[in-house]
Amino acid sequence: MGVKNFGARVSRFEDVALVSGKGRYVDDIHLPETLHAAFLRSPHGHARIKSIDTSAALRCEGVHAVLTADDLPEQMRKQRMPLLLPNSTMSTLRTQHSLAVEEVCYVGQALAIVVADSRYLAEDALAAIEVDYEVLGAVSDVRSALAQGAPRAHADLDSNIVSEFVMKYGDVEAAFASAPHVFREELWQHRGGGMAMETRGVLAQPDVMTDALTLWSSTQTPHIARRMLAEILEVDLESIRIIAPDVGGGFGPKAIFYPEDAVVAHAARALGRPVKFIEDRREHFLCATQERDQYWNVEIAVDNDGMILGVRGDMLHDTGAFVPWGIIMPYIAGATMPGPYVVPSYHLACTVAFTNKVATTPVRGAGRPQAVFAMERLMDRVAHELKLDPADLRRRNYIRPEQMPYSVGLIFRDGKPLIYDSGDYPRGHDAALELARYADFPRRQAEATANGRFIGIGLASYVEGTGLGPFEGVTVRVLPSGKVRVTSGATSQGQGTRTTLAQIVSDQVGCRIEDVTVTIGDTAGIANGVGAFASRLAVNAGSSASIAGTHVRASIMKLAARTLGLPESEIDLEDGKAIGRGGNRPTVSFGELARAAQGMPGFSMESDQPVGLEHTAYFAPPQAAYCSGTHVVEVEVDIGTGAVKILNYSVGHDCGNVINPLIVDGQVQGGVAHGIGNALLEWMQYDENAQPLTTTFADYLLPMATDVPICAIAHVETPSPLNPIGVKGAGEGGTIPAAAAIIAAIENALSPFAVRFTETPLMPDRIVRALERAGAYGEHAA
Amino acid sequence: MTKTHSISVNINGKTYTRDVEARMTLADFLRHEIGLTGTHLGCEHGVCGACTVLIDGRTGRSCLTFAVQMNGRTLTTVEGLSVAGGLNPLQQAFQDHHGLQCGFCTSGILMSLTELLSDNPDPTEQEVRETLTGHLCRCTGYAGPVRAALATAEQLKNIKGAA
Repeated sequence: MGVKNFGARVSRFEDVALVSGKGRYVDDIHLPETLHAAFLRSPHGHARIKSIDTSAALRCEGVHAVLTADDLPEQMRKQRMPLLLPNSTMSTLRTQHSLAVEEVCYVGQALAIVVADSRYLAEDALAAIEVDYEVLGAVSDVRSALAQGAPRAHADLDSNIVSEFVMKYGDVEAAFASAPHVFREELWQHRGGGMAMETRGVLAQPDVMTDALTLWSSTQTPHIARRMLAEILEVDLESIRIIAPDVGGGFGPKAIFYPEDAVVAHAARALGRPVKFIEDRREHFLCATQERDQYWNVEIAVDNDGMILGVRGDMLHDTGAFVPWGIIMPYIAGATMPGPYVVPSYHLACTVAFTNKVATTPVRGAGRPQAVFAMERLMDRVAHELKLDPADLRRRNYIRPEQMPYSVGLIFRDGKPLIYDSGDYPRGHDAALELARYADFPRRQAEATANGRFIGIGLASYVEGTGLGPFEGVTVRVLPSGKVRVTSGATSQGQGTRTTLAQIVSDQVGCRIEDVTVTIGDTAGIANGVGAFASRLAVNAGSSASIAGTHVRASIMKLAARTLGLPESEIDLEDGKAIGRGGNRPTVSFGELARAAQGMPGFSMESDQPVGLEHTAYFAPPQAAYCSGTHVVEVEVDIGTGAVKILNYSVGHDCGNVINPLIVDGQVQGGVAHGIGNALLEWMQYDENAQPLTTTFADYLLPMATDVPICAIAHVETPSPLNPIGVKGAGEGGTIPAAAAIIAAIENALSPFAVRFTETPLMPDRIVRALERAGAYGEHAA
Repeated sequence: MTKTHSISVNINGKTYTRDVEARMTLADFLRHEIGLTGTHLGCEHGVCGACTVLIDGRTGRSCLTFAVQMNGRTLTTVEGLSVAGGLNPLQQAFQDHHGLQCGFCTSGILMSLTELLSDNPDPTEQEVRETLTGHLCRCTGYAGPVRAALATAEQLKNIKGAA
């Protein structure tokens, strides 16, 4: 087997349609007779619904239906959305109703749907719906959620606490009792939304002739969505087909099955016509799930050489009003904190509490950026206090490659012991330092200082559990045309999954990559599927593609040997042909073989001849594959304005074997941009009544082209032994350590003023205020 | 029924005459009335730039423009960039330099860079970046679009030099 495409910078075949305006996103799909939906949403953070009057709205022009919870079938009205990830530590398993019943618990929660001839007319009718609310006390700041006498986020619950759990190993008490140095930090971390440029959307098409229902959805997880929808609608799973067409970015929030999806599907069935709902950006700010606030209170014990003896503390997580994905973000955060270091003892007490805000679910990184920030801020504190170089301190504490596989002592979110399967953390660290010219930085900093400029450098390292199960499947089939068709439950929101899978399959079966067609994100394509989250598709779908491709190759070989009358050892598979090595190089094409593999009507198949050149593989990883990396950032701070400019950004990155460097570099670069947003810009703000304050891109800032430098990236490839292609996930590592490294660099730039920062996002006004408190403007006013 | 207005507009070289409501945005007109769905809506408040089109050769936000304002105007959308059924040099550079991931913001970015390269055939990286500040891209971190724009400028310069 020749390996031509695996590892090559193959340009993506997704791109031609997308740069020509020929992409097919959900809102681009125009079906005849389509009606358009708009949702009535709560203007209050918390209120009792006393009454809803839809009569005037029903009389509005072009309106076909106005539905509230009372108009839904009994099962749909009563049942809350299925909880995807229950956890035994959760005292309250509360998910949302399809449409609000009696109570609304966050601004934006849907109470009613209007279905009309156009979105314009549907929105007109929304204004005619009258709701009588009794406004209830709302919980906004998660810290106040725990206070005695605090309002309850849900009127019927007697506590706002969702879960309290402890992650621990080793004798942390003894470690701290005897430690020569203990340092404590209190950290506030905010992470905002996924903010894909395409908002959520769904188009439901009922087929009245077959009772089937097709949904085009901008989902990351069509197979999971189908399961949930079948449960809610009480219909046969196989009667629903969900297609994720081109999807304009995911980043986590599109992995969720939303109440609106179910209501639109129901409306389409009830009306017997296609119904489309396209979320607008304001709705995305209000109702698409986010990540949000975590408050960490942590301390580290070290010896005189800076070697870690233990880490302990507590963390409070704002989960919002519901828990559609359980408590996985705080759980992942707790499991991520020890990171690449030998941490002999660890104890983290986590509290998860309700607030009257939209639910939180994973956004690129999923709790890991917060954990890395907490750990790396502690490491920087140790370096500062013990007067050690921050890079040197980290190098002393890294788990060494010869310690792999390394058992941390915790249970990860996949339910398996947290065992790092592979990695060379010092090598990734050194690669990043070299790209960053770290050794030369003191000279650059001295030169800048002499010119009145404040530049600084910071670094952060992480380990990330990727490629989580349960599985992903791939079917590889040679068609009578000779083309190779690949289908999978994998999805793409821009990751280039089609190109990646085609690279793997073309190498395995021996065809040209352009002869591989890949259909993903369609429940009709393969029986079982999971979808995109947790940086899992290269590991899961990539491995399945490799395994299925290997089997199909074997079938091709067997049939080619019989057809050509040669032993398999005398045959090469190249460019979609089986070619005999000797003589006049007898050849048979894959298309001819595919036709032969169908047999002839009425004739028996030859003994042990495969039926069809086809195989489906479901790779199920035994546990997470742990990727890792180090980021080094150089910044300049304008002390007059608090503006931060990122001068250089260097990444040492280990995602195992790199399938396509073009795509992986793009994932890292894009992930870093997201991390820059988290570090400096993105803050979803609410007032004391849990009223959202930042619901436009003018108030909630995303990184722009002038904020993000081109990253220098070095790949350190330590193959994972846990899958046949040796890969680990690459989708989130760019984001995970970014905020930690950037804040460290800012602190380093401002070291003449001895200011310290323990928060993200770090806004310019906060930098200026810290400098004021430090007396910076007294000394440097001139 | 709501009052409508007749407009005639040239889009990508073809003239369309339609009756539209005064409140219909240009973006909805292009997407839903004409069927040119390559122009995308990311925010509908003029910040993200996904909906950018060329109006008489200058960039404009189709989400903040009403269709009735376009009577007698000449528009170019992303569908009008391709040449002879193939990609133009800028589009090709976006594929070669991984200038897009999900592709949703890309249409608008291509329109703004088309205007930039027409006004300023030899832009600096900083000038490209300043043009791109009219656009939000959540996927790429802007490295690919910047590289693609600079490579296109270089290529066009060489073509011109050879001519």
